Amino acid sequence: MITAVPNKGTPMLTYFSALTDPNMVFLRYALFAGLLAAPAFGIIGTYVVARRMTYLAGAIAHCVLGGIGAALYCQVHYGLAWMTPMLGAIVTAIAAALVIGLVSLRSRERVDSVIGAIWVLGMAAGIIFIAKTPGYIDPMSYLFGNILMITGQDLLTIAVLDVIVIGLGLLSYNRMIAVCFDEEFARLRGIRTELYTLLLLCLTALTIVLMVRVVGIVMVIALFTLPAATASHFSTRIWQMMLLATLLGLASVAGGLSLSYGLDLPSGPTIVMLAGFFYLVVIVGKGMKNRLR
Amino acid sequence: MPSDLPAIQCERLSFSYGDVPILTNVSFSIQKLDAVALVGPNGGGKSTLLKLILGLLTPQSGTIQVLGTTPQQARKKIGYMPQYLQYDPSFPVSVMDVVLMGRAGSTGLGRYGKEDRRVAMQAMVELAVDGLAARPFNSLSGGQRQRILIARALACEPEILLLDEPTANVDPGVELQFFEILKALANRVTVLTVSHDLGFVSQMVSRVFCINRQVKIHPTSELTGEVIREMYGGDVRMVRHDHCCSEQGHSHADLL
Repeated sequence: MITAVPNKGTPMLTYFSALTDPNMVFLRYALFAGLLAAPAFGIIGTYVVARRMTYLAGAIAHCVLGGIGAALYCQVHYGLAWMTPMLGAIVTAIAAALVIGLVSLRSRERVDSVIGAIWVLGMAAGIIFIAKTPGYIDPMSYLFGNILMITGQDLLTIAVLDVIVIGLGLLSYNRMIAVCFDEEFARLRGIRTELYTLLLLCLTALTIVLMVRVVGIVMVIALFTLPAATASHFSTRIWQMMLLATLLGLASVAGGLSLSYGLDLPSGPTIVMLAGFFYLVVIVGKGMKNRLR
Repeated sequence: MPSDLPAIQCERLSFSYGDVPILTNVSFSIQKLDAVALVGPNGGGKSTLLKLILGLLTPQSGTIQVLGTTPQQARKKIGYMPQYLQYDPSFPVSVMDVVLMGRAGSTGLGRYGKEDRRVAMQAMVELAVDGLAARPFNSLSGGQRQRILIARALACEPEILLLDEPTANVDPGVELQFFEILKALANRVTVLTVSHDLGFVSQMVSRVFCINRQVKIHPTSELTGEVIREMYGGDVRMVRHDHCCSEQGHSHADLL
């Protein structure tokens, strides 16, 4: 885990000047990536939390390591320069989403066992690929994020995926809610519920890829669940929950990055801690309010 | 579609879960605008029959036709109120959102238009719950939720209405009003009601189907203690809802 080294002076001021510093371009990239990703996490995270699919999202996220490892291996071993870790992550995330989706819709096997297996096998494959790739690659930066690794190319990919995820997420709003609320009734209305379940899993997969660089595959799930769970305490409508989750995501990313810079902390964990802090404050606050009644 | 076509027609229908037979060799026909109650013991096959009519289950043998076609094709013309909503109490939706789900899947991209809102509102007016439209669904009482789910089924603009235990959570105070609403609906659409409360439904339906692996059909005028003993396999107390007696009650000795 590599952190930005703070300059002397007040932390906040140096953070803002660092954002414009041409030598600190990675900090700007990380902030852009986070700000771009926050609406996607707010929208898709709300569906995932409302549908109680967090476990499936976790499995997809961990599988992504397999794709990253395979891409790195192909890049170095076979000299396939176009096989970037980002591409590997996208392909694996979608594949994992489809496999997990089809297993949970069709399989007679115990669904949680199969998903647990996919979860672990994806990670194991990733670690093996990384170990067999010539040269030193630190798996930690993929597991827990490393903002130094974000390139301009990554940012472009993130922007494109972001538009796809937000667009599809909002276009399918009414039907997605109908499917999440009462799947049987939605099916009787002629909605192809299995298709929407797979779509939601694929959108989840792409959203995970958006933030893998910044917070890593282990903690990315926190950005799905924590802002949406916090928002659910103040929302009576799905769109309110999405909006609030987005704002909380923006605050966690922007606040977390500046804290990590100012206090010399690893950035991914700081972002996640901040999102967790908001959640705890709300839960404890609500609990105290109920007691005082 | 010719109007003399039955709304639902079953011929020698059999269904089993694995080795457990649920319905055996069931035949019946329900005409349009008929009002039918499905009664019988738990596990007797009432909900299974509804799911067969909806095409959610496929019979092992026999045929089932709904509005002259397969259940899957007729599905959109059926309004369904499930007995249990596998419902997440923290799911943030308004009452209007829930009723609008009756309109989901009717348009290309799934956007709700003015017409959808009008039909949804109309359904809520009909069930006297239009005042709740903006309320969060999870803030309602059980009886109110039940009515919202009927409104959702009605928002489908159905030709057939399937209600699975519509009176399960209804508060006694509003039962009569609820009964009037269902009776009015039965003039407009074919209504199938699953109910435990035979006294309640027998006044709004013309026929009662007693379902216990087999289906026995009784016109409501024929409902006697004998019939009820036969279908439940024991004595059941029946209370007439349209019957008023003095505050002290009355002695049955007079009737003998």
